Amino acid sequence: MLMLMWWLIGILVVVALVVIYLIGAYNGLIRRRNQIENSWSQIDVQLKRRLDLIPNLVETVKAYAQHERETLEAVIQARNAAIQAPDTPEAQGQAQNQLTGALRQLFALGEAYPDLKANQNFLALQEELTATEDRVAYARQFYNDSVLGYNNKLQQFPTMIFANMLNFERREYFEADEAAQTAPNVQF
Amino acid sequence: MFEVIASNKRRSIALVIGFVLVVVLIGTAIGYVTGFGWVGTLVATLIAGVLAFGSYWKSDSVALAVSRARPADPGEYQRLHNLVEGLCIAGGLPKPRVYIIDDAAPNAFATGRNPKHAAVAVTSGLLEKLNRVELEGVLAHELSHIRNYDILVSTLAVTMVGAIALLTDTAIRMMWWNGGRVARDGDRQGGGNPLAIIGFVLLIFAPIIAKAMQATISRRRETLADVSACQLTRYPPGLISALEKLKADTTVTHSASTATAHLWIEQPMSGVGDRGRLGGVHRFFDTHPPLDERIALLREL
Repeated sequence: MLMLMWWLIGILVVVALVVIYLIGAYNGLIRRRNQIENSWSQIDVQLKRRLDLIPNLVETVKAYAQHERETLEAVIQARNAAIQAPDTPEAQGQAQNQLTGALRQLFALGEAYPDLKANQNFLALQEELTATEDRVAYARQFYNDSVLGYNNKLQQFPTMIFANMLNFERREYFEADEAAQTAPNVQF
Repeated sequence: MFEVIASNKRRSIALVIGFVLVVVLIGTAIGYVTGFGWVGTLVATLIAGVLAFGSYWKSDSVALAVSRARPADPGEYQRLHNLVEGLCIAGGLPKPRVYIIDDAAPNAFATGRNPKHAAVAVTSGLLEKLNRVELEGVLAHELSHIRNYDILVSTLAVTMVGAIALLTDTAIRMMWWNGGRVARDGDRQGGGNPLAIIGFVLLIFAPIIAKAMQATISRRRETLADVSACQLTRYPPGLISALEKLKADTTVTHSASTATAHLWIEQPMSGVGDRGRLGGVHRFFDTHPPLDERIALLREL
């Protein structure tokens, strides 16, 4: 009788430990998955911020370089295209890359117009846009780091055993497409 | 990364316990040396408790105030704020408070108790002398300190090492004046209380031990922060060229004191006699590994 009780207690302890482990592992996976979602929305936030900065920039440049209608229009068009682009990673990526290219040409104008280059507002906007582009890159990096952490956890033993049963799925990395891998072409 | 954070949290607990022990020991020593007995122990324990608790909540403001840091205006220091924000996104950190120190020497430090209550301070010299990429490398190094919870350990060390120095200093002065008591006839004779001698030795060595502790904690983490910084920026050349500029620059950081020495990215005091006969001993108290070693390590990445 006493023997049986010890056995029962032993089994209960083991079950309790397994349950505690499962709760911990499950919560860890949820936390990592939410982090992925959060980091994905962070990319969107930064991309949107870039779009918001552009009208201001175009106005500033217009005051100094009226003759560069073509370059200015290319930027505005690229911005509109980016706003209208469907919300899929590929379409968004392509539209944003187009915009990056157009913006490079706009900033290159600074070289041809010394007054523009000396304008405080222009310099501030240039810094703001550079910083935002950096932030987009960093947000993507953080997204990929988050995916890496999550996938690692998901595929490692013993989490993989129950992760499959609970429908946790592998996430895809964000990959820079061809257009982003080659630096945009700046023409003078 | 998580292992580093966990081990740093453990180390800060160990540091606090060790600090309390040292202070209690000093208290006992003061008690024996000055003849106050157990009252000394009690007072020291109380002081240690209050300091340990206080330094957890307030040591970041102490470190910032000691260095005469002022909050960086987001408009005036647009680039600095932008870089910090970008790196925080990369590391998934909340944005720390940003401070400026008016000092011509290029240097920077981070402080706080956790990423939610953290601050980064840079000197005006750093902003002037480094370009965007280099500045980003330095800031990434500081943010790595925040992310690895190095700031907690090192900021606690600031107040504790300072407190120990203060206590022993007071004690030695008290001995000089006979603990404030009027001298009695019997005081001079039989002065061979062995405990008093041990206490005296302890009082002399405690600050030295505290200093060595501070240095050891600090050195290893500098290297780690350099490596994690490159994990954030994915661009080691930025930090390498920043460190090279720091090496070439010989301006002494006036805003730094010996208590905050280990917080800064570059050791603010010149390592006098590093290559002399006592070089090995000096290196024991250096809060940072030599810049050459750090640069060489980064080149291997």
